[in-house]
Amino acid sequence: MNKPRTLAEKVWDDHLVVKGEDGTPDLIYIDLHLVHEVTSPQAFDGLRQAGRPLRRLDLTIATEDHNTPTLAIDKPIADETSRVQIQTLRNNAEEFGVRLHSLGDLEQGIVHVVGPQLGLTMPGITVVCGDSHTSTHGAFGAMAFGIGTSEVEHVMATQTLPLKAFKTMAINVEGTLKPGVSAKDIILAVIAKIGANGGQGYVLEFRGSAIRALSMEGRMTICNMAIEAGARAGMVAPDQTTFDYLEGRPHAPVGADWDEAVAYWKTLPTDEGATYDAEVNLDANELEPFVTWGTNPGQGVSLSDVVPSPADFSDPNERAAAERALEYMDLTPGTKLKDVPVDAVFMGSCTNSRIEDIRVFAAIVDGKKKADGVRVMVVPGSARVRLEAEAEGLDKIIEAFGAEWRFAGCSMCLGMNPDQLAPGERCASTSNRNFEGRQGKGGRTHLVSPQVAAATAIRGTLSSPSDLEG
Amino acid sequence: MEKFTSVTGVGVPLRRSGVDTDQIIPAVFLKRVTKTGFDDALFANWRQDPEFILNQPEYSGARVLVAGPDFGTGSSREHAVWALRDYGFDAVLAPKFADIFRGNSGKQGLLTGVISEEDCEKLWAALEAQPGVELSVDLVEKKATLGDLVVPFEVDDYIRWRLLEGLDDIALTLRNEQAITDFEAKREGWRPKTLPVRHA
Ligand code: SF4
Repeated sequence: MNKPRTLAEKVWDDHLVVKGEDGTPDLIYIDLHLVHEVTSPQAFDGLRQAGRPLRRLDLTIATEDHNTPTLAIDKPIADETSRVQIQTLRNNAEEFGVRLHSLGDLEQGIVHVVGPQLGLTMPGITVVCGDSHTSTHGAFGAMAFGIGTSEVEHVMATQTLPLKAFKTMAINVEGTLKPGVSAKDIILAVIAKIGANGGQGYVLEFRGSAIRALSMEGRMTICNMAIEAGARAGMVAPDQTTFDYLEGRPHAPVGADWDEAVAYWKTLPTDEGATYDAEVNLDANELEPFVTWGTNPGQGVSLSDVVPSPADFSDPNERAAAERALEYMDLTPGTKLKDVPVDAVFMGSCTNSRIEDIRVFAAIVDGKKKADGVRVMVVPGSARVRLEAEAEGLDKIIEAFGAEWRFAGCSMCLGMNPDQLAPGERCASTSNRNFEGRQGKGGRTHLVSPQVAAATAIRGTLSSPSDLEG
Repeated sequence: MEKFTSVTGVGVPLRRSGVDTDQIIPAVFLKRVTKTGFDDALFANWRQDPEFILNQPEYSGARVLVAGPDFGTGSSREHAVWALRDYGFDAVLAPKFADIFRGNSGKQGLLTGVISEEDCEKLWAALEAQPGVELSVDLVEKKATLGDLVVPFEVDDYIRWRLLEGLDDIALTLRNEQAITDFEAKREGWRPKTLPVRHA
């Protein structure tokens, strides 16, 4: 009998082109290469200089997301760097023959929303992109990770990457989530538990009944943020939820291919008796809505807690980090997080901008008015999500609430386009990074779920949906 | 990438240690969309000073940089190597390099030779005594020669082999071209294809 293997090991083994020897890396085949305007220009330029073609145009797809405006998308982009990056991608796509979905196109959107939505992301494949949140695609049971610009060029030229094998970590989440608690809270709790570097060198496999109960959107939210625990990738074993999500999507297999694929996909879950290099357990029953108070995604607590004190940390580095973070965030230890007022709410990013996320947000704000003085922005992850939401009338609910309904893109997740926080502004954000200045110079970010974002937009202070009752 | 056996050219004594990648190429230049054309970005802040060594006409056409210890520390930007290459440098000799910088250099055909601090001083003195003098850097023999002065240098064996063979990462992988093609021939029909375009 074969040695029991984990999901990650199976996918790895099935993509081995050349097995490395004497410490040289394995050569791994890449099934799908996603491209966007920020990390691709020099890769295309490198190919051009070396006179190399792009090996597999049929495994490559590009979209514009990081720099795209979310208002007046028919006007020329004002910022020069943004405009040049986007124009460069258009020129390169044209020259090399890469499929590109440009601003205004029906399939344009955040690269990690577009892949799954087209049915290109599927179980048992390898996915790379010059973007760290490529881990999102692991929700399907794919091996998906971010790469640097020279690796982007490498994949373009060879459709492979030399890689050293990763270690594996099981994250077991058992139990049932309470109402108002979501996938975002699971991953924020995991990162708070293992630390923002706790996953370094690992592929995290999210397992257990609470994960099985999640929708594909929820699983994507979790895998998206695996990288915020320092992990190379996050994965969830494929199951019926995965197959149901995929079936009928534009690029999903059909006919005999579909049957063959499903039969293979069913062999992917980790074998009984396989071992992981590390294991972490989390009780879903006890989870509450989570929020970050600091400037890395590991600095989070339950929303019903108070702002921690640096003195709570025994590790001197963590204590110093907490001190710095509290100063930047302008928070006083002991303050109830629910008493913290916000200036802005951002609902979007590749973590939480899919149709299900927008539905959750709209359901909570339906018929209500946003808090005075709070700016609320809702940015769908793709043009298709926007259309779908509009077909369901969600845009009307969101606008009647007093929020801005925008066009698709990364937007205020990183503020490369004009969607930024002003210095000192505080924001409840459904995105994935709360680093200093991430959403605009001097801006302060609290990472939250769509549920918490909605409740916060209504009350004006960090809030969970349960605070809205009574 | 061209094969690298030796280089002979004008040597520049850069009497500074801990030259980090931010100094090699300031962050404002990272917004560019090409991999070449960074020659004006190299040491851009320092070059605003007319006294800076690269602004001296004797050193035009420089090909070998001799710098102090801890060259290339700081953020891992590949642009630092591109800028040195674009300016015309083929080799940097220094008593110590940051690891990531050294790795990036090997990939882009820039030789990073490790010399002793003593030899570094000697080279600086010789280069300053005759501004614009040429020196030879021989990768086969692992030594640099300036007149009577002969200085040995160390270089990682794997990087040396790649430079001698003129292999970049992609060329190395393409040595397995047949294996890649064989793998592709067995690729199942259900696996994703972005072309032809299919719509909902
Ligand atoms: S939404 Fe944010 S995290 Fe996601 S790809 Fe865009 S910038 Fe990166």
